[in-house]
Amino acid sequence: MPGITREEVAHLARLSRLELQAEELDHFAEQLDVIIGAVARVSEVAEQDVPPTSHPLPLTNVMRADEVRPSLTPEQALSGAPASEDQRFRVPQILGED
Amino acid sequence: MSLVSYEEALASYDPVMGLEVHVELGTKTKMFCGCSTELGAEPNSQTCPTCLGLPGSLPVVNAVGVESAVRIGLALNCEIAEWCRFARKNYFYPDMPKNFQTSQYDEPIAFNGYLDVQLEDGEVFRVEIERAHMEEDTGKSTHVGGATGRIHGAEYSLLDYNRAGIPLIEIVTKPITGAGHRAPEVAKAYVAELRELIRALGVSEARMDKGQMRCDVNLSLRPNGTEKFGTRSETKNVNSLRSVERAARFEIQRHATVLTDGGTIVQETRHFHEEDGSTTAGRIKDNAEDYRYFPEPDLVPVAPAREWVEELRVSLPELPRVRRARLQAEWGLTDKDMQSVLNAGAVEPITETIAAGAPADQARKWWMGELARRANETGTELSEQPITPAQVARVCALVAEGKLNDKLARQVIEGVLAGEGEPDDVVAKRDLAVVSDDSALGAAVDQAIADNPDVAAKIRDGKVQAVGALVGAVMKTTRGQADAARVKDLILEKLA
Amino acid sequence: MTELIKYTAAETAGAIARGEVSAVEVAQAHLDRIDAVDKKVNAFLHVDREGALAAARAVDAKRASGAELGPLAGVPLALKDVFTTEGMPTTCGSKILEGWVPPYDATLTRRLKDADVVILGKTNMDEFAMGSSTENSAYGPTGNPWDLTRIPGGSGGGSAAALAAFEAPLAIGTDTGGSIRQPGAVTGTVGVKPTYGSVSRYGLVAFSSSLDQGGPCARTVLDTALLHEAIAGHDPLDSTSIDAPVPDVVAAARTRDVRGMRIGVVKEFAGEGYQAGVMQRFEESVELLRELGAEVVEVSCPSFTLAMPAYYLIAPSEASSNLARFDAMRYGLRVGDDGTRSAEQVTALTREAGFGAEVKRRIILGTYALSSGYYDAYYGSAQKVRTLISRDFDAAFAGVDVLVSPTTPTTAFPIGERADDPMAMYLADLCTIPSNLAGNAAMSLPCGLAPEDNLPVGLQIIAPAMADDRLYRVGGAVEAALNDKWGHALLEEAPAL
Ligand SMILES: [Mg+2]
Ligand SMILES: [Zn+2]
Repeated sequence: MPGITREEVAHLARLSRLELQAEELDHFAEQLDVIIGAVARVSEVAEQDVPPTSHPLPLTNVMRADEVRPSLTPEQALSGAPASEDQRFRVPQILGED
Repeated sequence: MSLVSYEEALASYDPVMGLEVHVELGTKTKMFCGCSTELGAEPNSQTCPTCLGLPGSLPVVNAVGVESAVRIGLALNCEIAEWCRFARKNYFYPDMPKNFQTSQYDEPIAFNGYLDVQLEDGEVFRVEIERAHMEEDTGKSTHVGGATGRIHGAEYSLLDYNRAGIPLIEIVTKPITGAGHRAPEVAKAYVAELRELIRALGVSEARMDKGQMRCDVNLSLRPNGTEKFGTRSETKNVNSLRSVERAARFEIQRHATVLTDGGTIVQETRHFHEEDGSTTAGRIKDNAEDYRYFPEPDLVPVAPAREWVEELRVSLPELPRVRRARLQAEWGLTDKDMQSVLNAGAVEPITETIAAGAPADQARKWWMGELARRANETGTELSEQPITPAQVARVCALVAEGKLNDKLARQVIEGVLAGEGEPDDVVAKRDLAVVSDDSALGAAVDQAIADNPDVAAKIRDGKVQAVGALVGAVMKTTRGQADAARVKDLILEKLA
Repeated sequence: MTELIKYTAAETAGAIARGEVSAVEVAQAHLDRIDAVDKKVNAFLHVDREGALAAARAVDAKRASGAELGPLAGVPLALKDVFTTEGMPTTCGSKILEGWVPPYDATLTRRLKDADVVILGKTNMDEFAMGSSTENSAYGPTGNPWDLTRIPGGSGGGSAAALAAFEAPLAIGTDTGGSIRQPGAVTGTVGVKPTYGSVSRYGLVAFSSSLDQGGPCARTVLDTALLHEAIAGHDPLDSTSIDAPVPDVVAAARTRDVRGMRIGVVKEFAGEGYQAGVMQRFEESVELLRELGAEVVEVSCPSFTLAMPAYYLIAPSEASSNLARFDAMRYGLRVGDDGTRSAEQVTALTREAGFGAEVKRRIILGTYALSSGYYDAYYGSAQKVRTLISRDFDAAFAGVDVLVSPTTPTTAFPIGERADDPMAMYLADLCTIPSNLAGNAAMSLPCGLAPEDNLPVGLQIIAPAMADDRLYRVGGAVEAALNDKWGHALLEEAPAL
């Protein structure tokens, strides 16, 4: 299993929206390399014909009826907002699209 | 850059299309919480911890959302998964409260189907369906500052999460090949047919102008006679039938222009512009985006029981194409007449008017005449006119009973449209009833005979065709409210 | 120091119900204790004096009106700061949620209020429950009341320390990889991770959704059972909640009889890395169970050796997604919004400033494990391991009623010792993780002090899913026998604060 490089950590940080500092990149690359080295042992079972378990419960079809329940008030909804305006959440300019 | 002509493009290239349609379901509540989906509410008044993505909140699946998905899948001739899961599609975007979309990935609820669509010349084209899956809508952002609320140049944005979490069904076609020069027409016909289907199922109003149905057009070209697909562009949010056709057409020309020039197509999203039918570049899809899908651990699998799926299958409504053929036969219309009924969006109003008791020809006459004209003039949908099929049917009944003639009926319709009430109210208020009372008419007839002794004499002499002049005179004194046939009979009786 | 704080929850509730003491007196005694010792212990992130006294007054009024009081009415409780509390701050030990006051109660919070439990405040924890020492809290570490220079375990170190320091007789924890049991073990208190799905996660700020489970913590097995009964049960707001009756854990706790039970000792939980004194106390406990009439056998669960690697792929993967919502848009911290930066930049700067090192490490690890090209090898394989572990448990439970092991390989280690050595830190959860992966039920209870350091050792008991009552039956019997042997409860031996 390949180790993890500083560049990979930088890429992962971008994907996870973390503005990591230069020294963090180095430090994390080193630590993650060790951690991944240790956890990579799971791939021992990669070839085994074992069904994956994504969840410990054998439940299916848990659903609710299509009935309206009370919402929060707009004041409650906005109560934690760092900024708001016109009963909406105010956020910095959005660069991306769709 | 001037584009090569459409014909030129098709002379060298074969278009391959993929259509992705998102349909907002008309459920009462959101996909994963009990907030109302009613349109037009105050900002952020239909939100809760779950659809705001507050820490600690959890989703619970809306049963009607699942049922709607299965019904759409069945109507699209899909297989319905025996067991499927939701998955998280991870990417950051401020209008998406959890920064992942709860969607489905490699286990869609419906897959492998098709939809037959009829082109304008009657030819039927089969569009194969890859999958239909369940997911949730995002919130809405308003961009403030800069020019005209566009995202670019905005100083900041305001977010309303009322729409966040509304159930969406995403329907994805397999690559559509073999349509050739008809590709844009196929695209439009497919979206139109899908819209009819969704409405027939009653799962959504599928109003494209309200964003209840949104279409992405993926398009690539390959040199004629070759197999391998070219690089595709993804034109996002094309939100009318006409735009779907125009976007496909524009992209065919644009791709052909680039390729003919020796250039390469960039895999990117494109924005469609209503004003001139063009598209412009959006975000480059360089495979760096990695949605890190994994099974949604806060939800359990959906396993539609086979018996339930079969119950839903047998309870599907008649499919639009089948129904249209039946109605055309029942109404006795030519292909061309039927097409104009379809184009006018008059199938439902006419059907409902007939259901309310009107004869087919009468129902069609009003909706395709007077009312279609008005819809056209006001740029609104026929179904949105302020008159109900029941009211139109009542007008037809009044005519059939001889209480109104054609001219009066027109005035009654006008009155209803003007908000003067029910047809009977308009008749009363405007005093429009046909004068059929023989004694009242008798006086008018006597007067007309007295006023026109020459004409009366001619009639007495057997020149019956002269009766028209006396009928006209009676109609004039009764302000058009008399039954002309009855007037004629009365005059002839008196002068016999 | 009033003796009220030494009462068990059951005793406190009884005294209040009989009118021997008022709920307000009980609440005040605990608030006074918090005032006296919490500067040293740092178990609480937020103390809700007004709210606690108001809740206590309501209990007294209810009693005065002659209304029937529930079994925990008026009993104070320390709530891990990972459950939402309407009108009371919820930080999850993170800067990114500093000052956030949720507009809604977690189902568990609601149930506690409905049971007339008096919530004293919110307890310290490793940030977003990621850690085994409570050193990862943005609000400073919690000290272990047995030795304030040592860790109280984690992530629920605040809850366990509050119990051991007699700041509350009841506490709530959450257990994703051992965060209830390991703090219980190293503080000499009792903690239970109920069967996954038996305590609602609605309002529990998610770390790893398929592993997280809230549960009861207390100083006695019976108190733990009473709290378990109050918080467990089906919740329609949590799709992963089990819609079945909760086993009668309170009755089981009172049974104190293990005769005829078959108990399995997991072979794999021993050897290198296990402290001698921990193994000694564990082996004595096994011997005690035999003396009490249980049949003890050795069982092997070979896949357990892969549990930790699987856990450190699954938990960070889910966490990387669960924690994406902390983006500075709707709540919590916002950094760098100076009018020139985009939403994207502000999100990245805020997450950088608002998350601690361990959280960032796990987000990156999880993002890696889920990314295309690695998913099958890492996340996919980890899920296969999960199946193998469940099969090992199934095979074991085919022959025994419960499994036992040490809860942790070592006693409490000094604060700072493993702070920047993630792998060493992760070892603390070696014995607890398999139950989270399989979703079954497990308890830790004190079984003595390790001779070499005089620090508490925990005995872990594991039962099949939905057989949580067996934990209490075995735990109640062991607790009673040990208290008999010692002549007092273990916490009596803790140094005065
Ligand atoms: Mg989608
Ligand atoms: Zn909601």
